Amino acid sequence: MILHQLLNYDTLRLIWWALIGVLLVAFAVTDGFDLGAGMLLPFAGRTDIERRVIINSVGPVWEGNQVWLILGGGAIFAAWPQLYAVSFSGFYLAMFVILTALILRPVAFKFRSKREDPAWRARWDWVLFFCGFVPALISGVAVGNVLQGVPFRLAGDMHIFYDGSFFGLLNPFAVLCGLVSVAMLVMHGSGWLLLKAGGAVAERARRYGLIAALATIVLYACAGVWLWAGVQGYAITSVVDPLGPSNPLLKTAVVRAGAWFVNYRTHAWTIAAPAGGLLGAFGALVGLWFRREIMALLCSALGIAGIVLSVGASMFPFILPSSIDPRASLTVWDASSSHLTLFIMLAVTCFFLPIIVAYTSWVYKVLWGKVDENAIRNETTHAY
Amino acid sequence: MELDIVSLSRLQFAATALYHFLFVPLTLGLSIIIAIMETVYVMTGRVIWRDMTKFWGTLFGINFAMGVATGVVMEFQFGMNWSYYSHYVGDIFGAPLAIEGLMAFFLEATFVGLFFFGWDKLSKVGHLAATWAVAIGSNFSALWILIANGWMQNPVGSAFNPQTMRMEVTDFAAVLTNPVAQAKFVHTVSAGYVCASVFVLGVSAWYVLKGRHLALAKRSMTVAASFGLAAALSVAVLGDESGYLSTEHQKMKLAAIEGMWETQPAPAAFTLVGFPSQEARETHYAIHIPALMGLIGTRSLDTVIPGINELVVHAEARIRQGIKAYDALQKIRALPAGEKLPDNLRGEFEDNGHELGYALLLKRYVDDPRQATPEQIAKAAWDTVPQVAPLFWLFRVMVGIGMLLILLTGTFFVLSARRMLDRYQWLLKVAVWAIPLPWLAIEAGWLVAEFGRQPWVIEGVLPTAVAVSNLGVKTLLLTLTGFVALYTVLLVIEVKLMLKAIRTGPTAEHDPDEGVEQRHVRPFNPSKLASAK
Repeated sequence: MILHQLLNYDTLRLIWWALIGVLLVAFAVTDGFDLGAGMLLPFAGRTDIERRVIINSVGPVWEGNQVWLILGGGAIFAAWPQLYAVSFSGFYLAMFVILTALILRPVAFKFRSKREDPAWRARWDWVLFFCGFVPALISGVAVGNVLQGVPFRLAGDMHIFYDGSFFGLLNPFAVLCGLVSVAMLVMHGSGWLLLKAGGAVAERARRYGLIAALATIVLYACAGVWLWAGVQGYAITSVVDPLGPSNPLLKTAVVRAGAWFVNYRTHAWTIAAPAGGLLGAFGALVGLWFRREIMALLCSALGIAGIVLSVGASMFPFILPSSIDPRASLTVWDASSSHLTLFIMLAVTCFFLPIIVAYTSWVYKVLWGKVDENAIRNETTHAY
Repeated sequence: MELDIVSLSRLQFAATALYHFLFVPLTLGLSIIIAIMETVYVMTGRVIWRDMTKFWGTLFGINFAMGVATGVVMEFQFGMNWSYYSHYVGDIFGAPLAIEGLMAFFLEATFVGLFFFGWDKLSKVGHLAATWAVAIGSNFSALWILIANGWMQNPVGSAFNPQTMRMEVTDFAAVLTNPVAQAKFVHTVSAGYVCASVFVLGVSAWYVLKGRHLALAKRSMTVAASFGLAAALSVAVLGDESGYLSTEHQKMKLAAIEGMWETQPAPAAFTLVGFPSQEARETHYAIHIPALMGLIGTRSLDTVIPGINELVVHAEARIRQGIKAYDALQKIRALPAGEKLPDNLRGEFEDNGHELGYALLLKRYVDDPRQATPEQIAKAAWDTVPQVAPLFWLFRVMVGIGMLLILLTGTFFVLSARRMLDRYQWLLKVAVWAIPLPWLAIEAGWLVAEFGRQPWVIEGVLPTAVAVSNLGVKTLLLTLTGFVALYTVLLVIEVKLMLKAIRTGPTAEHDPDEGVEQRHVRPFNPSKLASAK
């Protein structure tokens, strides 16, 4: 196999760094609205039929949306095995809590309306709330911790040692990041419900959405200021070899104040990411206010993309810095798969991603239109 | 059993995988059976076939939710509990997993929504396409997962890179066309088809026994019996192929399954029953069938199949060679960064590197395998023998049930061809009671495949004990209990909902011989039914 020499190792590493960003954005934007709808479920829906409107508005699509997360996991495993190994084992208990939510979610969707008993249904409604809230909060908290550095070290044979604790993850900055994540997904979910659900549900969702959009703007700005003033960044101090073997221990790195803002100074265009985050959230606020459904949803998608990408832009080339041994930090240049694997995975992705986007768009087109209460009452085609 | 990190991690993986594997086979088979039924509906226009699709689709949906829920855990667990494994082989193992998401799981999960919600939004053919997309997606999923698993059983197309301290892919085509993976894929997928067929057959038989939904039940039985018979036969043929391949690639697993301690002159005898003893290193009270093992294992009369004792002697030699590889690796790593690798060192590693994994077996006893005493080497060599008795029995359970299911599906195939499906009450009862059998065989098969390759997580490359994450015993106990409790509660709920859906039965019934659509709900009323007879 010499075909992979067509693309240099360093180019491939960059492409994969960008692709993981694309996958995470796709997950946050698609699964984001159904996680948000889950969080809004007990509040925006008061009666059983209203709640079924909310559940059925995401019913046909949440399953496909969640695959972005599964694909993200698989792609990180394949393209950045060390990142996968360190983050999943390091955040072990947090991952377990997220998994609990991911186990309960499909079941809650499927099982809730299979029995008439109101107590049964109320229980699953709160499960759906939990399954929206917990992954949203924890993924934000995880990002907050990654920005501060994670307490792991690598032995010479690459065995991973993690010295942190579960409650250590819940430090104030990380919790703030978690709240940003919750707020932005509630905002997104409310945009979705405004578009897909009619009547009282949409109106209530809109009101929560306005608060969430405002909260997103304020909390995200606060997190930015805190990151600038109170969180130290990381910098590589040795010569970087973008073509070198994937072995993080071959470099040296240090903790340095302001390092997370260097990229914005040297490559001014990267400011587009945080700017998009703020503008998108503001656009969503305006859209929700004037009941412009599509604008609200598109703007909140832009906001989410901007917020996710701003984390990547400020950390580049770091992916997972280590707070106890900065040398072991994983970067774009030393934590990837081999040249051949990156190339094969890119070829496969280039082939399948357009197909996935095509049929997913087609499905959304087929399902276009509002889910209203009469449809739920009369039809047998609203499965949940 | 000791409650250390390794055994707890193994227990957790086994528990979550065995649970996951309760749902996957049914998804694999039922998705195809539903697609077949809907195809008949679209081709003939007979509404009863649509009702069948919808009814079995409801059961499919309940099961599918659990399959998805437990599947996510599997993907995340590699990183969570097996982080050194993830680092060591992610370059190869991660790729099929990611491709599974791209090619298969996306298709399945996107169209499963349309399957349930799209009846009124799509044309007949459009909906049929969505149903087939779900079926194809599920089955492609299995393909990629088993390519990944097949590589763990027979790690082809890869080499160890001393600079990154991990296995890296050298020939991806070899990973894809791995004969072990291909045989496992077809064997596993067919087993799923049998599982779903026996499920449909049993539930339908119950309806026939109760005199309910006869038209729907009999048609379902015909589909299930013919599909099931074809699948059951291919499970057997491909199971045999798997056995043949383990002669080549996993000799120890094969010898353990046979309880064959001593190498016999070719062709070896097949042990029908016996009581293997790990301590005595022999199989007591064995009943042999002459020459059969040689025929199954080698497809010849003169190729010798090595016994466990002989394989342990080989393992000891491989450990000694592995120590040389380990020594060369340490010297390579001690070189200052940027210095060129001396030729003699490169040669030393290239000559012995493929046995590096055997040196890692010693990590249980010493930090540095080069310091191992001859006793430790001998002990590590004996560690390569898996637990013989459970393998021996689980394998026989699997094969025995497989034979029974060929008989069952074959019988019902004949009955349906002769239109005598409701003639023998006792046979219908047998079909109902047979519902759990495929699951027993499938779980036994999983255990034979995975337990049988111990102590290796990657055969000959990475010992299981080296692959775990550094986690606390308490943490592991907490999550193990959490998973088992959660899964058990959900399993109970799922079974209850399944039974409720089965008792409720299909919601609409139609005159089987009329193409015209009629919608009237007829609740079950036993007294009316008796008078109708």
